[in-house]
Amino acid sequence: MAKYGGKICNIVIFLFVLLIFTFSLQPSAFSQDSWPGVDESVVEKYAKEHGREASKPLINTDQGDLLLFVFLAAGAMGGFIAGYSWRMLTERKSGK
Amino acid sequence: MKFRKFNAIVPPAVMLCWLMSVTPAYAMHISEGILPFNWALLWFIIAFPFMAVGLRRVKQMASVDLSAKPLMGLMAAVVFIISCMPIPVPTAGTCSHPCGTGIAAILVGPFASVVIAGVALLIQALFLAHGGLSTWGANVVSMGVVGSFAGYFAFRGLRLLRVNLVVAAFAAGILADWATYLATSVELASGIRGDSPFLPLFWKILVAFIPTQLPLGILEGAITAGMVGLLYRKRPDLLVKMKVIKEGVKTNG
Repeated sequence: MAKYGGKICNIVIFLFVLLIFTFSLQPSAFSQDSWPGVDESVVEKYAKEHGREASKPLINTDQGDLLLFVFLAAGAMGGFIAGYSWRMLTERKSGK
Repeated sequence: MKFRKFNAIVPPAVMLCWLMSVTPAYAMHISEGILPFNWALLWFIIAFPFMAVGLRRVKQMASVDLSAKPLMGLMAAVVFIISCMPIPVPTAGTCSHPCGTGIAAILVGPFASVVIAGVALLIQALFLAHGGLSTWGANVVSMGVVGSFAGYFAFRGLRLLRVNLVVAAFAAGILADWATYLATSVELASGIRGDSPFLPLFWKILVAFIPTQLPLGILEGAITAGMVGLLYRKRPDLLVKMKVIKEGVKTNG
């Protein structure tokens, strides 16, 4: 059963990797306007219809490439913490 | 042997994909200034007790078991990255993100998951122009509270019915995602409606979310199932310790 579950798990993870790669590479091929976030297409759209508009954030990093840098830094830090924690969790067992 | 090689490649590949996928800036939480003050305050008040109990729970977990710390770290990173990862949905032509609170709720419990979501949302609101400080309470309630508890109860309920571990995790991931956007629709409709009736606006917003969140919910289910399945193979003792499974009980029972 565990072996069977492992195979299912591998397939699920492989599909996930494939999905992320496929979808994450697509936006570069399209203009940003073609792929708005649901904040624009749903949240802000209906809010605007009812007289509410989004205001600028307190710390506005949405200026040129600054936001790209902040996202990259946040992604790198998050990825490092995730990888480090995962290693700590899985190596503790095999080290015994 | 073949699967061992596969396992050596896949987890780092997943991490790499996460890193590659974090690009600006399709915020999907409720943005700054969208909700009127009284509604924003109400969601803060609702979120507060969950955060308080969650913080206490995190402290307890960290003091009782050392392995809870890396697990909490992993979950925090997963929720943070997943909830600011824009994923294009070709069928809808829009982008949105999964939430990650379903998996966090399964592994560390729903209250700790609320804290994790709260911290992730705060960092995103402060530095990533993603969500907002005034709408932090509303976003914590939808993603943290509703998402976590929906995922947790779905998982527990299905496990009580002796559903397979991976299948239960898959369903929990889906429900956590869909419940989050259901709650967002309630928050948004109640906050912006003014004198208009609540229900028509609620349905309008909910229906508008469906083309994007329907496939993303399934993706979130796959992520949740994959992660729980992987942990079951790598650290079944940890799942026992976190009360995800009972000792000596097979995954389908």
